[in-house]
Amino acid sequence: MTAERAIAQDVETNVRQHQEHDAAGNSKFGFIVFLLSESVIFLSFFTGYIVYKTTTLDWYPPGVTGLETREPFINTIVLVSSSFVIYVAERYLHDKKLWGFRLFLLITMAMGSYFLFGQAVEWRSLPFSYQSGLFGGTFFLLTGFHGLHVLTGILLQTLMLGRSFIPGNYDNGYFGVEATSLFWHFVDVIWIVLYTLIYVWQ
Amino acid sequence: MTNISIEAPEAVRGQPYPGAPDNWKRFFTFSTDHKVIGIQYIVTSFFFFLIGGTLSMVMRGELITPDADLVDRTVYNALFTMHGSIMLFMWTFPVLVGLGNYLVPLMIGARDMAFPRLNAVSFWMVPVVGILMLASFLVPGGPSQSGWWAYPPVSLQNPTGNLLNGQVLWILAVAISGVSSIMGGVNFVTTIFKMRSPGMTWFRTPAFVWSVLAAQLIQLYGLPALTGGAIMLLLDLTIGTSFFTPERGGNPILYQHFFWFYSHPAVYVMILPAFGMFSEILPVHARKPLFGYRVIAASSILITVVSGLVWVHHMFASATPSWMRILFMVTSMLVAIPSGIKVFGWVATIWGGKIRFTTPMLFALGGISNWLFAGITGIFLASVPIDIHVNNTYFVVGHFHYVLYGAIVMGIYAGIYHWFPKMTGRMYYEGLGKLHFALTYLGTALTFLPMHPLGLMGMPRRVASYDLEFAYWNVIASIGGFLLGLSTLPFILNMVSSWIRGEKVGNNPWRAYGLEWLTSSPPTVENFEETPLVVSGPYGYGRNQPLVGNIPNPGLTEFPESLTQQQTS
Ligand code: HEM
Ligand SMILES: [Cu+2]
Repeated sequence: MTAERAIAQDVETNVRQHQEHDAAGNSKFGFIVFLLSESVIFLSFFTGYIVYKTTTLDWYPPGVTGLETREPFINTIVLVSSSFVIYVAERYLHDKKLWGFRLFLLITMAMGSYFLFGQAVEWRSLPFSYQSGLFGGTFFLLTGFHGLHVLTGILLQTLMLGRSFIPGNYDNGYFGVEATSLFWHFVDVIWIVLYTLIYVWQ
Repeated sequence: MTNISIEAPEAVRGQPYPGAPDNWKRFFTFSTDHKVIGIQYIVTSFFFFLIGGTLSMVMRGELITPDADLVDRTVYNALFTMHGSIMLFMWTFPVLVGLGNYLVPLMIGARDMAFPRLNAVSFWMVPVVGILMLASFLVPGGPSQSGWWAYPPVSLQNPTGNLLNGQVLWILAVAISGVSSIMGGVNFVTTIFKMRSPGMTWFRTPAFVWSVLAAQLIQLYGLPALTGGAIMLLLDLTIGTSFFTPERGGNPILYQHFFWFYSHPAVYVMILPAFGMFSEILPVHARKPLFGYRVIAASSILITVVSGLVWVHHMFASATPSWMRILFMVTSMLVAIPSGIKVFGWVATIWGGKIRFTTPMLFALGGISNWLFAGITGIFLASVPIDIHVNNTYFVVGHFHYVLYGAIVMGIYAGIYHWFPKMTGRMYYEGLGKLHFALTYLGTALTFLPMHPLGLMGMPRRVASYDLEFAYWNVIASIGGFLLGLSTLPFILNMVSSWIRGEKVGNNPWRAYGLEWLTSSPPTVENFEETPLVVSGPYGYGRNQPLVGNIPNPGLTEFPESLTQQQTS
């Protein structure tokens, strides 16, 4: 094969590969990179929690022996299952069934809101505050920071729901919905770790 | 708009910038063109460089005599804190992001960054951060005084009792600059992974692009840790949690871990792009391919990994258990390997080359020599027994300024001069450039060399006054410092005047080999009229091979006309 031929072939294969990269593909790649990066913030909070818990003598504030796990467990079930619900919503959108998409997105939002509500109720009932030593501080830091993410997720879902009423909006790709859904799974996985650390490991 | 079309849309072809003014005014708009944003970054950060430099002049003025007679203790604390923070967060990071912004899309043959609007938002956060930082001079109690480390418990003290104090503003500023940098990191990584021109395989990607990728990966894994620590510090400072408050059971050492987990690798966020620019500049001005290009490229990624494993070497003196000290001493020494590989490659590149001692070449060579020196003192610091001795002395200050000024700032200057004709279409004045180099090199040595004997003699850092025995070297360092201040004047003069009326030099005055030189100077908005189809590696000096298959490579190498035609069909 001559050098010319080799170059020509090289160019051809590469052009073909290149054209497969589209804008939505870039966005998805970027969003995953962002989520990986953001998980490091949680990782540093988790590390802090583990360090504090293993090195502090009076871990729980006076009068506190541990955390009630029943309500948070129900909350966990709700949040984890909502990950499946949003997946179903995405499938409906994929099949261009907008009403199914809207319905399941609404269910996801309801489940997320239930989670937040449950957390608020729990917070109010606790006999300690964020100023109660390292336990109180890390507890509210972790659950609060995570709750903020749940709230963000619900807001994103609201936005996606609203946009589904713009005619033709999701006809050519729906990166926003994919990102929202990815974000929701992310929030879920973080919660599982968090629940294990705070509630299971007492 | 899903597929990247290989041809630029007819409407924008050859036009300077659609919809926006084609003159200096566009640098004041919310532009999404990576080239405009790049220059916005560079100019803005240079402004802060001058502010940070002015603060250091005051410090050196204070230190020219042993007594604290120019400013008092508190003001001095505020000065070094703000000097360090501004130099790092407002100058070095942003200016390198600016150079990366300008160059990466051009070097990989892309039309823009992957997320142009996000890019603009990242940039406009920089002035916001700067205003927040500078505003701290106006609040009661003045700016933060706890150094750029912001170690608790010092950073948790709040003598004024105000909620809005210098430390809070400092944390907010650092947090926002962190958000901006993470967004930037996402943008760079996506751009480099996804937008390389067809045919540009990983080992056809320029070393500078590799180094930016490596640096931005560090931002992505390191910065969130610092942000986490900063959030906890802010909560301690404002609402009374006790994460780092020792009186209430908190653990200040944990803060140090968060801080250094980012801030050690952060050194590489700054030095890697400088390395990358050395790797681009040496081959051009020595007319030889980059020696060991693949190894140099891959060593950037190796540095990304290893530098994440060494942070505890900043904490040898912080009640760190000895097993940890030994472990991190060893990992720290490991970083010397990829860095050493690079230096070896650079030396081999210029060895026997036809060297042109242009200003960028001088700055590159000067930067490399300073980096060598700093690397050696760095090995000293990484070994526990020596570090225990010189920790918190001027030896450390001398070492890190050799890295920061000697290698990184010189690398930045080298890059700005080298790509100045690309950015403006005009040539800078060589004489002024050489004067700038001479003053900078001499000033760096005069300022920062004396800090090494001072440190070995035991002069502590972060003091406004000192014993008489330290006076001799301090006077020299201060004179050197003022010389460095002076050295920026020929630079500013050169940049401004040559941008306005420098000699017009065409697209490729260096006869360089690289995609960015194939387009016009300054490049039009779409960068390339046709997306280049890359057919060989990036450093073909003297190899007589084409770089791209579809754009003629004027004046560089001669290759058969038939070759260029083949590809475009
Ligand atoms: C004219 C040039 C410069 C002079 C004369 C100068 C001088 C100084 C002095 C006297 C200190 C205080 C050292 C101590 O007591 O610990 C200092 C600290 C520092 N400088 Fe510079 N400097 C210069 C340029 C730079 C540059 C270009 C950078 C970064 C790119 C930089 C980064 C820092 C940092 C990070 C600190 C530590 C601040 C802290 O302890 O919180 N400096 N410098
Ligand atoms: Cu370090």
